[in-house]
Amino acid sequence: MLDVNEIQTITHDVIVVGAGGAGLRAAVECSRQGLDIGVVCKSLLGKAHTVMAEGGAAAALGNVDSRDNWKIHFRDTMRGGKFLNQWRMAELHAKQSPDRIRELEEWGAVFDRTKDGLIAQRNFGGHRYPRLAHTGDRTGLELIRTLQDKGVHSGISVHQECTVLDLLKDENGRISGMVGYWRETGRFVLYRAKAIIFATGGGGKGWRITSNSWEYTGDGQAMAYRAGAELMDMEFCQFHPTGMVWPPSVRGILVTEGVRGEGGILTNSEGDRFMFKYTPEKFQSETADTVEEANRWLAGDKNARRPPELLTRDVVARSIVQEVKAGRGSPHGGAFLDIGSRRPADYIKKKLPSMYHQFKELAEVDITKDPMEVGPTFHYMMGGIRVDADTQMTRVDGLFACGECAAGLHGANRLGGNSLSDLLVFGRLAGVGAKEFIDANEGLPEINHDQVRGIIRSATDILNREEGENPYLIHEALRDVNQDFVGIYRTKEGLTEGIAKQAELKEKAKTVKAYGTSQYNAGWHEALDLGNLFITCEAIARAALLREESRGGHSRVDFEGEREEWGLVNIVCRMGDDGNMIVEKLERGEDPEHLAKVAHATLEELEGSNG
Amino acid sequence: MANRTIRIWRGDQSGGQFEEYTVDVGEGMVVLDVIHLAQMHHANDMAVRWNCKAGKCGSCSMEINGKPKLGCMTRMGDYEADEIITVQPMKSFPVIRDLVTDVSWNYRQNERITPFTPRPRDADGNWRMYTEDVERTQEFRKCIECFLCQNTCHVLRDHDKRDQFVGPRFMIRIAQLDMHPLDTVDRIPATKEEYGAGYCNITRCCTEVCPEHINITDNGIIPMKERIVSRYYDPITMLARKLFGGK
Repeated sequence: MLDVNEIQTITHDVIVVGAGGAGLRAAVECSRQGLDIGVVCKSLLGKAHTVMAEGGAAAALGNVDSRDNWKIHFRDTMRGGKFLNQWRMAELHAKQSPDRIRELEEWGAVFDRTKDGLIAQRNFGGHRYPRLAHTGDRTGLELIRTLQDKGVHSGISVHQECTVLDLLKDENGRISGMVGYWRETGRFVLYRAKAIIFATGGGGKGWRITSNSWEYTGDGQAMAYRAGAELMDMEFCQFHPTGMVWPPSVRGILVTEGVRGEGGILTNSEGDRFMFKYTPEKFQSETADTVEEANRWLAGDKNARRPPELLTRDVVARSIVQEVKAGRGSPHGGAFLDIGSRRPADYIKKKLPSMYHQFKELAEVDITKDPMEVGPTFHYMMGGIRVDADTQMTRVDGLFACGECAAGLHGANRLGGNSLSDLLVFGRLAGVGAKEFIDANEGLPEINHDQVRGIIRSATDILNREEGENPYLIHEALRDVNQDFVGIYRTKEGLTEGIAKQAELKEKAKTVKAYGTSQYNAGWHEALDLGNLFITCEAIARAALLREESRGGHSRVDFEGEREEWGLVNIVCRMGDDGNMIVEKLERGEDPEHLAKVAHATLEELEGSNG
Repeated sequence: MANRTIRIWRGDQSGGQFEEYTVDVGEGMVVLDVIHLAQMHHANDMAVRWNCKAGKCGSCSMEINGKPKLGCMTRMGDYEADEIITVQPMKSFPVIRDLVTDVSWNYRQNERITPFTPRPRDADGNWRMYTEDVERTQEFRKCIECFLCQNTCHVLRDHDKRDQFVGPRFMIRIAQLDMHPLDTVDRIPATKEEYGAGYCNITRCCTEVCPEHINITDNGIIPMKERIVSRYYDPITMLARKLFGGK
């Protein structure tokens, strides 16, 4: 029998899993709190998915339009989330993000500037005022490099290219540690900690067309679920309206919303600026209804309303699909996104350099001259691990979650730019929460050796069996199933079939085989990640089947429009005693009066009131 | 779709060889796509680093037909239709397995650099910096840490001066801090003595391979060298130092 004492053991007060923006911000906070902190990440430090965030971080600094304040940011976030957001999280986020942005500047971030020398802010979908602090169109890289350099000098131990397999719990049900393996050698490692913070990102790798990287296999969601945590709002998937569509090998790669924020327009094959047709009723009073008014807005007229291209992402993504379905798509099944005729070439190269570069090198399109072809791509999960709004602790003692893997801030639809500020605000709060938990619960929890052995055995089985399924091909099949049955538009029949097909593939995956040794074996890593992806995708499909309405990033063809009764509940998934997934409604309870008043106020009532 | 042959180096520290794979290559594919096809259909265990597949994370650095490049930004269409593509790991770093190398040395260099230390905020709690002041530093912050410049720099690649020169990546990191309008630390003495700025003899190989088109040599390294020269070798400054002391 495997002797657990022989396994390499690493102990910290707190371990953060994931080194994207949320993970690094949480780690920096733990370090500030005087804790011994370790960060475990699947890739090299600085490569996390946050680098793909382009447009900016939303914070009501009011540098560009002084009418902005936290209340309007809060109101925009709730409206964008179709009022399924957790009120308290949206409040904390709107109030705290300006300080989190200023703090980055203190740590070396270099944002673009206004004429007065302050942090510049750009327009984005769903945000009433120019609100996104940005660095060209590579804001995510700026954020991650800043936190990385801050972390390097904050005494944080980084355990890179190490994948976590599963969590460990002590006899009281408290998190006691986790087991992982070094990708380089395949050797196992036992982590012990007083608290663990998940900042593991999303699960877009379950879809055929996605902007996500290989790392995005829903690891945190699945591990937390297995440990007894709840997953919430999983049905809400953000299909970013503008992914590249051509050539096929780059399909899904993100085209920043910043293109539209800087004045880019969407047109169909007839040259029609189609978004004017799709403004939802709720947003009509705040959206331009003529090209003339939209152009005045672009020219800087503060009394003009925003163009419809800057409606929320769920609306824009569905509109593009509608145009394609009506036969008015671009040659490769998308829409045209034109910035070249709206702004001078030098301006585009300055404000959108990586888009210029990306289209030039990957699609041979010069965006300063020609329109881009774009279409929806799976981008972000609004749902994730259910957490306490103030502490970020999950339903499992000692397990915290922040960033994309946590649920609550975004409700049914996330506004662009609210992800980077989410990472900063809730990354920090998770660090504070972990510190408070440790103060109240002293001592290092005991490790259950049987749990460790069980985790290692299931991992090595994949290498040891004589033959079996190719993990890559199962993954490819799963991506097709989700793309076809759990996509933008959903039906009862499609979801039911999708769940059945997921289950067939999951069964097949039980005999998956990795050839070769455990040393940097990509096939083995792929096989291990698959197990997590199945759970995450199943939760999405099952929650989508239960919610019989269309709201935000969840559209049911058989149940069009928002239904009042569904506005009263969130959906949670958890593991039943028999190992099967339980999906149920969770009553939201009474709206907090002081916040509801803000969310339902008119803009005039809120402008300039920073109280 | 067309069948293409790709030769990929397979092995580890104990040795290795090129293996040939024939895969069906679709329109617009990049070299990383072709490696992934070979991995999916012929060599499941092949080790290759990648993340964003859009030239933004700097993970898939490799040598393609002898040139240091990102696999995700190198299109198959850039080569002749019957040309065999040869892919190998970055030469300057110890190989771990197949296309994956040990780049940890780079992370240790970053730790040696004195961190950003800003001047106090303005009275209203903000810092004021102007576009023209931040542009120079922003150019260097575009760096995605692919380490292709480190791989190419002959001081590191051919002369193995790792213990004496931090390499172009970190020269621009230092330049970035030095040119940051808010920073207050004097890194010139360390740039001369510890980081080894003198070793660079301006062959511009690093600039040529930078996938972000950062002007590493002309905008980063040369200005830093000039600052060292004016501090240490300018006759008037030298005289002043002799008379009045100081660094």
